[in-house]
Amino acid sequence: MSATDVRNLGLAALALGIAALLPLYDTGYILSIATTMAMFTVLATSWALFSGPTHYISLATAAFFGLGTFVTGLGFQTLPFWTLPLIAAGLGAILAALVGMVTLRLSGVYFVIFTLGLAELVRQIVTWVQNRTGQRGMYVLTSITERDIYWQLIGLAAVVFLAGWLIARSRLGFALRIIGNDETVAKHAGINTALAKVLLFMVSGAVAACVGAMLAPRYIYIEPSTAFAPLLSFQVVIMALLGGTGRLWGPLAGVIPFTLLWEFISRNAPNQTLLLLGLAFLLIVYVLPGGFVGLYERVQRRYRMEGR
Amino acid sequence: MARVILEVRDVTKRFGGLVAVRDMVFDVHQNEVVGIIGPNGSGKSTMINMISGSFAPSGGSIRLNGQEIAGKPAHRTAQMGVARTFQLVRLLPELSVVENVVAGAAFGHRRRWGREAEQFARALLDRVGMGGQINMPVASLTYINTKRVELARALASEPEVLLLDEWLAGLNPTELETGIALIRSLRDDGRTIILVEHVMDAIRSLCDRCVVMSSGVKIAEGTPTEVLADAEVIRAYLGADEDA
Amino acid sequence: MFFILITGLLLGGTYALIAMGLNLQYGVARIMNLANGEMLVAGGFAAFWVYTAGQVSPIAALLVVAPVAFGVNWLIYTLMLRPLVRRAKSRGALEVDSILATFGLSFVFVGVMSWLFGGGYFNYSYLAQRVDIFGSSYGQNRVVAFSIASLIAAGLWIWLSYTRAGLRMRAVAVDPDSARLVGIDVPAVSALAFGLGAAVTASGGALISMFFTLDASVGILFTMKALIIVIMGGVGDIRGTIVAALILGIAETFVARVIDPGLTLAAAYVLFLGVLLFRPQGLFGKKPT
Repeated sequence: MSATDVRNLGLAALALGIAALLPLYDTGYILSIATTMAMFTVLATSWALFSGPTHYISLATAAFFGLGTFVTGLGFQTLPFWTLPLIAAGLGAILAALVGMVTLRLSGVYFVIFTLGLAELVRQIVTWVQNRTGQRGMYVLTSITERDIYWQLIGLAAVVFLAGWLIARSRLGFALRIIGNDETVAKHAGINTALAKVLLFMVSGAVAACVGAMLAPRYIYIEPSTAFAPLLSFQVVIMALLGGTGRLWGPLAGVIPFTLLWEFISRNAPNQTLLLLGLAFLLIVYVLPGGFVGLYERVQRRYRMEGR
Repeated sequence: MARVILEVRDVTKRFGGLVAVRDMVFDVHQNEVVGIIGPNGSGKSTMINMISGSFAPSGGSIRLNGQEIAGKPAHRTAQMGVARTFQLVRLLPELSVVENVVAGAAFGHRRRWGREAEQFARALLDRVGMGGQINMPVASLTYINTKRVELARALASEPEVLLLDEWLAGLNPTELETGIALIRSLRDDGRTIILVEHVMDAIRSLCDRCVVMSSGVKIAEGTPTEVLADAEVIRAYLGADEDA
Repeated sequence: MFFILITGLLLGGTYALIAMGLNLQYGVARIMNLANGEMLVAGGFAAFWVYTAGQVSPIAALLVVAPVAFGVNWLIYTLMLRPLVRRAKSRGALEVDSILATFGLSFVFVGVMSWLFGGGYFNYSYLAQRVDIFGSSYGQNRVVAFSIASLIAAGLWIWLSYTRAGLRMRAVAVDPDSARLVGIDVPAVSALAFGLGAAVTASGGALISMFFTLDASVGILFTMKALIIVIMGGVGDIRGTIVAALILGIAETFVARVIDPGLTLAAAYVLFLGVLLFRPQGLFGKKPT
């Protein structure tokens, strides 16, 4: 481990530590926004772990997330709460493995299309099962407060950042970068490309399901149409790409401004959120390819060139 | 004679109704350079692609050190000891030159990782004559240097068999001389090489043996001098002109 | 059973038209247009609007809908997508860029349409009488929509198969590089195909609005279905698209009638899964080499 590594780890730990102190300052509106940010930070960072190096755009986040909320909804009365995120993570990984095995050996377009409808598919099936068994939505009434959820998310964020850092230094991470550059070369270099992609997709699916399980108490009432709302998948993609997937901290740089902007728009012009989402997509493609990370690196490079 | 490394037996490949390769049989011995030559469309690339695992033969067997590799996915054949370059050079544009070579070392036949892999990659880049250019971005390399990096990547797994798919194509006369000398020096290191090539000079000066293909079948096999004097080979190369 | 088959075919015929539009865009212009469903909804909105405001038949509305959709999308391709094609370093990079850009367009369209028309559902009653076919009765509007869809599809097919312009388009679909070498203006043909595809899809939207309740945000669902049809039928394969659309129409109708109307997308997914697992090259496609 080099000196920069130690410094970066220290900085990250410090930042997370400071973030964890927030509920001592405020437990109202600010905490609520911070919880949303923490949620998207975890989702977008884990999304970028897979989609960043491979360039496969996953729209499955909502499906995993919804799965997680249902795990909590069904299990919170009978099982100890701390087991629920773990069960959700396991189920999320299994779902991701199934989806990955079907789609990840094919080109990116198939993957996007399949994940695009995945949340809607799971929603239709869950609704159908509920109708047949005479169930409706369910109440998740627990003593868990927003502050507890926030701390859980901060803890999960620490795990995700650490995992991302370790993966980037591992052969798996290197393999994914090669796959993202040229899959044919990767295969002939001896990389089991399908396995590598499925493994990382499982990581990202497990994390998203885990987040869903942790957040379920926040919603109090869970029904399929809100738990599997496809919009979530798009928000995560936008935030991750806006920040940039080239660095581990990239998605965070997208989450903070976009959450604030989204909050502002949905308060003042609730009908224009989709327009905002659309414009953000176009902004990324036409003005900010590589996101804020890409911009930062371009500026840095120019600065260095002028410095010479 | 040296021990047989690669054994190709009755290999056939059909694409729909078209037979691209029919009943190919040949051996490659240790420390030998074998050329697969033939006119365009004779099935050379298909043959190479079946050895490297890009696609499975429709029938027959390919054995590497006695183990069946026919039909195995590309990453398995790579791990078992087949490394290749591509007809159109394929480098990894977002990776550094050294990382491009480490990519070959990290997952293949003889695996290296970390500092060891990096040192090995640098040594190989030096070996193929990259000199001081290893810190340049991949996109700004000259053509022959991209070929060098690709060759180093293929060598990085210390393969049992190295497949060079028209590695010399597109080089200018000076570069060609350098390239031929480089490949010859690899043979002197004791490598086993199969090359698909159009450049006759290279075939004459590099190959111990040649397998000549035409319309998917083997029409001759022997030393370059023998096969290039063979009447059927001459007909295969020039035959089209007679009809025209 | 027979009733399901006919209803499914009627629905599938309209799906075929929508998917043909998408297939033209993806097959020729190489853009996977994820805003395709919004074009459909816009076509439906236009038909709704001329019918309720001026009592103009939705069929007559096609005469306006198709050229406008063509023009708008020709501009979209030329101004927004062509630069992406030009800057793309690889097919993969173009794929990612065009997916993101057309998603962006899709959301912008939804945003604008819900601003113009509100978020509610809209439908209107046109040709709502029943018509008897082989002893069962079907909505007249469905039969008419199916007939017109068939006419447009047949016209498109003939145009592609027997005219010089159609030949140029097929050449670009097969191999843009070779097409360029024989003197075909590939960017112009691509823009034409993109506009034409949108015109076909928007016409499909106007037709489907005769018997289907639309709202501003329903487009993505149609995009999904069209994508599944295109992949099932094979990219660039018109015959495959038609067959796949009819299969999907029948499968959906079957599931809706026999199991649960809430499971139509699940039905489409079962088909999609089967294709991905067993025939990723499409129903009639050759095995990739």
